[in-house]
Amino acid sequence: MEKFMQNPIVRWVEYRLPVFAFMNHQLVDYPTPRNLNYWWNFGSLAGIALVIQIVTGIVLAFHYTPQADLAFASVEHIMRNVNYGWLLRYVHSNGASMFFIVVFIHLFRGMYYGSYKAPREILWWLGLVILLMMMATAFMGYVLPWGQMSYWGATVITNMFTAFPLVGDWLTTLLWGGFVVGNPTLNRFFSLHYLLPFMIVGVVVVHLWALHVHKSNNPLGIDMKGPQDSLPFHPYYTIKDMYGLGIFLLVFAYLVFFAPNMLGEADNYIPANPLVTPPHIVPEWYFLPFYSILRAIPDKLLGVIGMFGATMILFALPWLDTSKVRSAKFRPIFKQFFWLFVLDVLVLGWVGKNPPEGMFIIIGRVASVYYFAHFLVILPLLGKFEKTCPLPESIGTPVLGGGGEMPSGAAAAKREKS
Amino acid sequence: MTNSTSAAGPTGAHGEDETRRDFLYLATGAMTAIGAAAIAWPLVQNMNPSADVLALSSIEFDLSPIEVGQSVTVSWRGKPVFARHRTPEEITAANDVDIKNFRDPEADSDRVQKPEWLIMVGICTHLGCIPLGQKSGEPKGDFDGWFCPCHGSHYDTSGRIRIGPAPRNLDVPEYVFLSDTVIKIG
Repeated sequence: MEKFMQNPIVRWVEYRLPVFAFMNHQLVDYPTPRNLNYWWNFGSLAGIALVIQIVTGIVLAFHYTPQADLAFASVEHIMRNVNYGWLLRYVHSNGASMFFIVVFIHLFRGMYYGSYKAPREILWWLGLVILLMMMATAFMGYVLPWGQMSYWGATVITNMFTAFPLVGDWLTTLLWGGFVVGNPTLNRFFSLHYLLPFMIVGVVVVHLWALHVHKSNNPLGIDMKGPQDSLPFHPYYTIKDMYGLGIFLLVFAYLVFFAPNMLGEADNYIPANPLVTPPHIVPEWYFLPFYSILRAIPDKLLGVIGMFGATMILFALPWLDTSKVRSAKFRPIFKQFFWLFVLDVLVLGWVGKNPPEGMFIIIGRVASVYYFAHFLVILPLLGKFEKTCPLPESIGTPVLGGGGEMPSGAAAAKREKS
Repeated sequence: MTNSTSAAGPTGAHGEDETRRDFLYLATGAMTAIGAAAIAWPLVQNMNPSADVLALSSIEFDLSPIEVGQSVTVSWRGKPVFARHRTPEEITAANDVDIKNFRDPEADSDRVQKPEWLIMVGICTHLGCIPLGQKSGEPKGDFDGWFCPCHGSHYDTSGRIRIGPAPRNLDVPEYVFLSDTVIKIG
């Protein structure tokens, strides 16, 4: 780096735009907690997933036609005629799923280690804004192939807006640009589907900005107190991220090459028909838990409010969780409720996949009530009554001698010395 | 660290460590480069003509309705192809010239399979406009062939460049006579 900075061209640029010092500060020397585990890989993986979606999406737009009579055929054209079109489309469609898997794990990691707590509330909010924008983008992207699921998914989702009193119908007509989902809807969805990812990139930049103010949280949930608590981002975490990326790409490649339609719906290979609804409508898997909450509430407006509320409540999480301790590692009771909550979300997803009849209605309702109870009852009470374990003095202490709090400390110390 | 014989210099045990690390470093770099190329290839290749475009690459065309002296334009791969049923005078004019001083010297016999049928791509070799001269009444240039209105290239009755900025004669596509009057272009 020293030698690099002596290069006359580098110095010429640096004097005018200190880009190299900036990169060095944010990516190379950037102090990162020395104890991050693999759950911290998912932030960078999400960024990479976003880039993959943008790159494949731009290329797919070379060949796609956003017109109601031609859209379905143009997707088949991509699959059959365009060179590597099948690959690009499968990477893009499965890439959306991979993006959501990674972001959900990232989100749950934040919940487990209390990454949303002061002073990282705005960082948490920005992440949630990204999630909401991702959902909108994914939904509109799913409409573009203009198959039966596209069409009826669009119809059901946009019809939610009719639930709002007074302005509902007006709003829905405005979204549609007609009296039903049709060509104007497809056109604007394509335009917005292209726009939103770039807006996501913008929010990601602010998300990273907020992250780099107070730096990463860590498995212990205590602040870095000095250089003995941190490692330079490069090479320690660049390599760790690269290793995780390799695993991520293996899973991704398995989906793309061996099970490209596993997460899709066969009905979407039937061209959209505004006169026939498919017998069993299900959203993409990443919407299933929210879809379950929508169905669990036997009232149109309240169902929609419940569904939106399920995501909106996450914005209040930093205040609903009243515990001063961040990491679940030192919160024995919270740890159990956390896993119960994960299970609850999985159950909601499973219920969402099944038709709303018999047992599923009851399970769906119980799970929906529990979802909100976790945030509104359990978390506020836990902060008051839970007896937390003692926190270690610092991140570095167990590693650099002085305390035996962290059993993995020995391994970390070894790595540091070699 | 573990190396107590560092006095032996860079070729000692320490040097072996470095070789091993260098190897890993280069192998990782090479795999990354291969991976990047494998990813880049579909992203570039998808922009080339797709299967449905390539499927249009040859057409059959019946010349029999074209009277002597008449020209017809056919679309082949989206390009105009000029088919001219030449008069004896035009054939003579195309042959009775000294081609030595032409910009793109080519004998008329090298440009046609049957002298009365001149088949060529009707795209000016300068910057891609379509020369005039197919319809009666259009300017045919100084050599009674074709004239490109964009930058003033004159082509003769064999489609050869005679005056103007075009670097080459009008291209002759690959074609075969399937019968006396039916040709397959491409």
